[in-house]
Amino acid sequence: MRALINAPLAFLRLFYQSVYLALSQIWANKMRSFLTTIGIVIGVASVTAVIAALTGLKAQVLTQFETIGTNTIFVGPRRPKTGPMRHASWWTIRFLPEHFDGILENCPSVGLFSRLGSVGSHTARFGENSVENVNITGIEAAYHEIQNRPVILGREFSVIDNMQKNQVCLIDPKLQTELRLDRDCIGQAIRIGHQTFVIAGVIERRPELNFGQDAEDYYEVFIPFRTLYKLGEPGIWAFAASKSTEMTEEAQAEMKFFLRRTRGIRPNEPDTFRIDSVKSFLTSFNEVALMVTLVAGGVVGISLLVGGVGIMNIMLVSVSERTREIGLRKAVGAKNSAILTQFLIEAVVLCFFGGLVGLGLGQCLTLIISGINPVLEKTYIPVWAVGLAFGFAGSVGIFFGLFPAVKAARLDPIEALRHE
Amino acid sequence: MIQIAEKLIIQLDAVTRVYKVGVEHIHALDGVDLRIGENEYVAIMGPSGSGKSTLMNCLGCLDRATSGSYELDGQDTTKLSDAALAHVRNERIGFVFQSFELLGKLSALKNVEMPLIYSRNGWWARRKRAKDVLQRVGLAGRIKHRPNQLSGGEKQRVAIARALVCNPSILLADEPTGNLDSKTSEEILELFDQLHREGQTIILVTHEEHVANHAERIIKMKDGKICSDVSTGRTARKEASAENRSTEETT
Repeated sequence: MRALINAPLAFLRLFYQSVYLALSQIWANKMRSFLTTIGIVIGVASVTAVIAALTGLKAQVLTQFETIGTNTIFVGPRRPKTGPMRHASWWTIRFLPEHFDGILENCPSVGLFSRLGSVGSHTARFGENSVENVNITGIEAAYHEIQNRPVILGREFSVIDNMQKNQVCLIDPKLQTELRLDRDCIGQAIRIGHQTFVIAGVIERRPELNFGQDAEDYYEVFIPFRTLYKLGEPGIWAFAASKSTEMTEEAQAEMKFFLRRTRGIRPNEPDTFRIDSVKSFLTSFNEVALMVTLVAGGVVGISLLVGGVGIMNIMLVSVSERTREIGLRKAVGAKNSAILTQFLIEAVVLCFFGGLVGLGLGQCLTLIISGINPVLEKTYIPVWAVGLAFGFAGSVGIFFGLFPAVKAARLDPIEALRHE
Repeated sequence: MIQIAEKLIIQLDAVTRVYKVGVEHIHALDGVDLRIGENEYVAIMGPSGSGKSTLMNCLGCLDRATSGSYELDGQDTTKLSDAALAHVRNERIGFVFQSFELLGKLSALKNVEMPLIYSRNGWWARRKRAKDVLQRVGLAGRIKHRPNQLSGGEKQRVAIARALVCNPSILLADEPTGNLDSKTSEEILELFDQLHREGQTIILVTHEEHVANHAERIIKMKDGKICSDVSTGRTARKEASAENRSTEETT
């Protein structure tokens, strides 16, 4: 019974002693230890930085989608890759407003639906001031419920606005400033093209993540969908929301069936439109993120391998330098297993030390990355990445420390004590 | 004739140790029979190559006999595993080396504690035991010092303390005064005498006559055999020391 209690205690003592010895060894050979662990340092620093950057990117993308809502479905025209329509012009496969008539009645999983239209960019004027390249988007009332973009001043569009083709608009705050409109600009009129629009409200600016687009000079004006025709023939797409996130796929299938019928696509022909959900965007984003992680992981793995060989080398040096010590320890009763443990722990401590320095370096890299690129503002090292880095460092220590430790454990005490 | 003590500590029967060097067989030990009783003080002498180091290694369980049997404290060691031999070294044998073999990065106290790490002792018991032993060898005031802050004699005292810390059955000293000047040597030998009076069994390997003369019994080796085994006539046995102590008390 006593032996049962004492055996793990004896190991703990040996463990503590080994860690203490290892730390004093590292301290005594500061320069050597640092150079040895540089491979581990770089490996751990790069793995944490890559993971942090990906985490930041993901967080940013998720925020973007949060404003859209995870049950949002996007519908737009798309040229098929096969079939007779594969060379069709965009004009041929464009959506018409009536394609969507009755969609809510025929698709029970779809809760909300809004047509959207765009007539490209126009110049907006208010008095003497004008802003070029303003994106004009036509929306229906349900858009406000599908997209999480609150109207911060004034009112949302109503069904009436659309039915009566009211000449009202929602502007983004940046345009409000650029056109030098009043703080409370509701009721003031701006000119777009040759039409006058009364400002009904100010809508929150969309989050700043648009790859390839300069978000700085991006201005938006929303007008009722049916009013849009006064400015020209719009390109049409649609937003829908399923009744719940779980029903998204069902909703997509129902809409596909419905739209094939209204667009008159024959049974064997491919779709001339696409129906994407945020869920599927997220899935493909996650796939890309995973690929990047794996590639980075491979690079890091090689760096850790090189670092591990360095550890092995220095441990072999340590074993040969301390041959007499090993001999003495054996003479006073250290079992082979105790010697093995001591040197293995020393290698692991060395690697953990490298892991710690690498983590610090990774944190610096992360700060630099988030400073340089506003897209990666939310970059941080998640806790699991810290665990992963230390796990890796520890495994490298055990794997590459094993050979020198076994070598030390197998030394003959008499020979070892005679060693110069 | 050697008087055999009541209790045998070491019992060697026809022990041989053969090294293979290429195709040659070297008989470092060639049929050694040896009995050493409790609280004996034995010196082993012989020219280099006589097999005294090999005998020492075998007695210290660092080496195994090729044939023959070795009983330590009534336990046959010839069939023990490596791990069990390590345990025997830890509990029953204390080594003292010519070049001290202290670990330079550890304090005297930590050096003395070291063997206890490999046995079952709590932190507190270990520290207390190491302090006691250092006091016994007269180093109570220098426990925090590193080896490079100690003189040669002090280093050897730390090494002796380390050998004694597990309360071994035998103290094996291999040329313990080889690296010391004559005055310090005398002090260390006096320490051995004192330990012997306190009941410690001591085996000393030396090639110096005056060192060997401190022992009660001198074994001379030649060509792997024991060629002489004589008593020096010194009696510093337990009984004698007990008498001394009682007389001291009366005075």
